[in-house]
Amino acid sequence: MQAAALEKIFVKGNEAVAMAALEAGCRCYFGYPITPQSDIPEYLSRELPRRGGEFIQAESEIGAINMLLGASATGVRAMTSSSGPGISLKQEGISYMAGSELPGVIVDIMRAGPGLGGIDASQADYWQATRGGGHGGYRIIVLAPASVQEMYDLTMMAFDLSDIYRIPAMVLADSVIGQMKESVIPNPRPVTVLPPKEWVVRGREAGEAQNVVKSLYLGDGEMEKFHWKMAARYEELAEKECRWEEVQTADAELIVTAFGSVARIAKTAIAMAREAGMKVGLMRPITLFPFPKKAYAALSERCKLFLDIELSTGQMIDDVRLAIARDAEVAFYGRPPGAGSLPTPEELFEQIRKNYPTHA
Amino acid sequence: MRYDVFFAGYGGQGVLLAGNLLSYAAIHEGKNVSFFPAYGVEKRGGAAMCTIVFADGDTGSPVVGNPSVSVLLNQLSFDKYAAKVKQGGICIVNSSLVDTSAVALPGVEIIMVPMNQIALDMGDVRMVNMVACGAYIEKSGALLKESLEAALKKALPERNHKLIPANVQAMEAGALAARG
Amino acid sequence: MKQIFTRPESLKDVATHFCPGCHHGSVHRLVAEILDDLGIRSQTIGVASVGCSVFLYGYFDVDVIEAPHGRAPAVATGAKRARPDRIIFTYQGDGDLAAIGMSEIIHAANRGEDITVIFVNNTTYGMTGGQMAPTTLPGQKTSTSPYGRDTAKDGSPFKMAELLATLDGVAFSARVALNNPKNVLNARKQIKTAFRYQVEKKGFSFVEALASCPTNWGMSALDANQRVTDEMIPCFPLAVYKNSANL
Repeated sequence: MQAAALEKIFVKGNEAVAMAALEAGCRCYFGYPITPQSDIPEYLSRELPRRGGEFIQAESEIGAINMLLGASATGVRAMTSSSGPGISLKQEGISYMAGSELPGVIVDIMRAGPGLGGIDASQADYWQATRGGGHGGYRIIVLAPASVQEMYDLTMMAFDLSDIYRIPAMVLADSVIGQMKESVIPNPRPVTVLPPKEWVVRGREAGEAQNVVKSLYLGDGEMEKFHWKMAARYEELAEKECRWEEVQTADAELIVTAFGSVARIAKTAIAMAREAGMKVGLMRPITLFPFPKKAYAALSERCKLFLDIELSTGQMIDDVRLAIARDAEVAFYGRPPGAGSLPTPEELFEQIRKNYPTHA
Repeated sequence: MRYDVFFAGYGGQGVLLAGNLLSYAAIHEGKNVSFFPAYGVEKRGGAAMCTIVFADGDTGSPVVGNPSVSVLLNQLSFDKYAAKVKQGGICIVNSSLVDTSAVALPGVEIIMVPMNQIALDMGDVRMVNMVACGAYIEKSGALLKESLEAALKKALPERNHKLIPANVQAMEAGALAARG
Repeated sequence: MKQIFTRPESLKDVATHFCPGCHHGSVHRLVAEILDDLGIRSQTIGVASVGCSVFLYGYFDVDVIEAPHGRAPAVATGAKRARPDRIIFTYQGDGDLAAIGMSEIIHAANRGEDITVIFVNNTTYGMTGGQMAPTTLPGQKTSTSPYGRDTAKDGSPFKMAELLATLDGVAFSARVALNNPKNVLNARKQIKTAFRYQVEKKGFSFVEALASCPTNWGMSALDANQRVTDEMIPCFPLAVYKNSANL
């Protein structure tokens, strides 16, 4: 026990993201200060230069995402991070990166919105993240950590998935997970077979093929072909890369579904419900895109009642509804983001009790 | 076992350091810990609070609606959070700054500890958070005093390690006062 | 027979989409000649912008990143920081650099990024059809200033070469023109100096090239060349505004 305890480090979720980025070989970070994610640039402004990396506090979120585009085009691993108002500004660059098939990691520590909103935890950027966010029709990989350990592990995974599929990857968390501290095992970078980056701009000797990183397609059928190619890649992602966590779903009469911080709070509510004799389980998607549709479909073959809980008026519920069997139902409990709206386990337990099927 | 404790006061009372200290102590005992802070936008004088959950297994929710133990260091925190303490739980109050007479808490054990006075008597009012930690481990029995001593080394920067003996004494004084 | 004129190696053997009389082709050629002269083609990465300059990768025989509108200096910053051993240049028009991309150019310049910026100023948005640009001359009629640019409402033209020269981060800033052989020779010289700054890692270098746009100006190529002399140069004087290392 003691030996294991010594290996762990006790850090904030935001710091875990920064540490994982370093371990994953991130060479460049570009960002702009915004609460509640400033621990990430603060950490990396200290640590990246020491390791021969580059840190730039950009002139704007637009500047930062385009620096990420430029760095990524040369083949290095690079990252930016922000929160809602800044992520909105980054959408232009994210669209260009998606159109240019560029990898890159974007961290969104969600805060309340719309507009300036507030600094409290939110899950109301689910749609923006999972639908692509910018113009033109594209998806990005979206990973939703629910613990500080997952902030670490999923950040590393975001770099790998982004490189493998040449799709920007987002780590989507909120100020609860970003600001809380937990023990983390600083896992070494996983050994992943990555495809060679033959597409990078690098300067070229005579006779070598010209590499162009671009999103402009003007030839007849070129753009359409690009879209179908990406659609197939999204399908491949859905086949191979869906990740989720199930807790006590085997005998559940009611399955609570939530992601990120809310799933953490729900876990304790479910434990309370089990103690009270109710058969309740948890389905927590870890990849929000690709959304684990097949896992939901399988669960809904047996359990016909879901309770979707979000820090919004309901966004992920769209995906849950699309994924489950037609005769299964989804109840909803939401706390739109803002000061004082973070639900407690006791509150979610009450919702479980209220929605629990009476026949059971 | 799963333990939870809620600390609240105003910024500058060392609430977050106390939370960190208890977290390191729990880690020292091989537990899983979540430390969830919340504070006002001001650096000093605003509200400061944190919730610490520690367990042998999964810590579950970092947010706790009805804490089993609350340690409330000023009047504002007491007025706002005392009523949330779970039935059968413990409310440890800094009686130097808090008047509890207006509030009845049936089913909750209220422990009055004159934390500012004790800290002042030991020579430094800034040790009020250490007095509070001592009172907490005494009443909850959740952590060993030795673990807190070990945690001090982790939570305090190296240059402040010379202050550790005084902090340990403050914890012991807090424990003694809580024993009643 | 002795060959006295040839295509630079850094340019592809293709026809461009540029209109007759347009100076983009001249600027392309000069930049390509300099890449050849300095022997840096194999190290060079171009950053294309949005507008008539977007097809950079179709004409230059170097690797190219296409940047969002106005963002080329930020993209170049990321590329240069990731690959400091490469020669990175952006090629931007006036709408791209001085309107939507003003923030990116000012900050990249102020950071003193070791990149070279080629700025083609033709006082109009060429590709979208001749709308008013931040460098449109006072009184100039365009498709969105049909009564002429009104400085009381639209402001006055930005003088980018002068403006950037005031920043500590800028090592070299010059304005050139391409409307006669003398100006072309001078343009070649200044573009070469700008790239030498980067080769020698001496900081941010900037060349503003006054260019004609006969199509959108509604002029013949020769009249357009004359307009550069008569109207543009008086507003945008040709000069080296900063040459901090005297290269």
